[in-house]
Amino acid sequence: MNGVHDLGGMDGFGRVDVEVNEPVFHDAWERLVFGLDLAMVGQRLTNVHAFRHAIERMAPTHYLSSPYYEHWLTALATLLVEKGVVTRAELDARAGGHVPLSQPVRSGPVAPSVASAATPRFAVGSAVVVGNLHPRGHTRCPRYVRGKRGVVTRVDGRFPLPDVAAHGSDRCEQYAYNVRFDAPELWGDAADSAALVYVDLWESYLEAP
Amino acid sequence: MSEHDEDHHHPAPLSPVEVRAQALEELLKEKGLIQEGFIDAVVSAYENDIGPMNGARVVARAWVDPAYKARLLANGTAAIAELGFGGPEGEHLVVVEDTLTVHNVVVCTLCSCYPWPVLGLPPNWYKSPPYRARMVREPRVLLREMGLDLPESVEVRVWDSSAEVRYMVLPERPAGTQGKSEAELAALVMRDAMIGTARL
Repeated sequence: MNGVHDLGGMDGFGRVDVEVNEPVFHDAWERLVFGLDLAMVGQRLTNVHAFRHAIERMAPTHYLSSPYYEHWLTALATLLVEKGVVTRAELDARAGGHVPLSQPVRSGPVAPSVASAATPRFAVGSAVVVGNLHPRGHTRCPRYVRGKRGVVTRVDGRFPLPDVAAHGSDRCEQYAYNVRFDAPELWGDAADSAALVYVDLWESYLEAP
Repeated sequence: MSEHDEDHHHPAPLSPVEVRAQALEELLKEKGLIQEGFIDAVVSAYENDIGPMNGARVVARAWVDPAYKARLLANGTAAIAELGFGGPEGEHLVVVEDTLTVHNVVVCTLCSCYPWPVLGLPPNWYKSPPYRARMVREPRVLLREMGLDLPESVEVRVWDSSAEVRYMVLPERPAGTQGKSEAELAALVMRDAMIGTARL
């Protein structure tokens, strides 16, 4: 989905605010949310792809105005309600009010018919162009590289395609590649010509130019 | 705090997010889905045992042992496992090397991917919208704002951790450290140099 989480290249956020000697967790509730999430992943009540997608489905205003571990909490509560592990009514009752959840999934699973062949389609040095892809469901193809030309620098082996894995138990293994982009290809001629951006992309995100 | 406050201490009311987190914990415990002690154990591991001191040991070893450095750059996961580090968010580690003419920096524009076994959990700024939005777009400008002024001649390589690989930067060994032991060298290695927002 073209969600608020897909931040690469956006303007207007200002300076990076660095906290000196930042603790690993700031508050007890952050520790709790971190532990709850690892517990649920450990019990296979969710997987990392579905979890990321549940964060991406947060209302954009909520996403941008809440601290990081509130994203985790919202995603975890959403997935547990969607799976029927807890009901919305018991969650709201226990919290003494409305618990904001993420928005519903807008797309079913991608057809799991696109698994990679046994051998990778591209090799180190291959020129590739990223597809102009806009799925309504989960994807790990950032908007800022879509339609852009790059060169493969690594072939990393086969991994479950997140676009499928986030939406159910189907597994569709595809090769993942590291692709190098020149900054001006991504950001225009005014971009830093001595900057390179390396992005890891699954095979079905890529086409031969 | 005045004596009066100490005598009549009331805990601050819980914020909405604290209430929600506790509500979810209670419900999951009642349903038998949380093992006793699990949360404290994982939190303690990431607060005490898993952090940038691990990555610093990897870096120091690479500085003193050229064969190790070659293995580290060829297969980060395996070389890092030689020092006993691995686990969640470290299943596929790639180490990228800084030189006089190349500077590497790591970001995750889509979420917060980070090499947990060697750097621990990421700081808030790494997960923040300005860092994620700007590092791929204007890395040299952002690095300068964050205190690292790179010469125009240095090539900047930005690594967006968008799939399964997690990246760590191997910083250059500082000048004048020839006599130092591996442990002394490890003490020089700061987290931000292994993310790439600083050099040593």
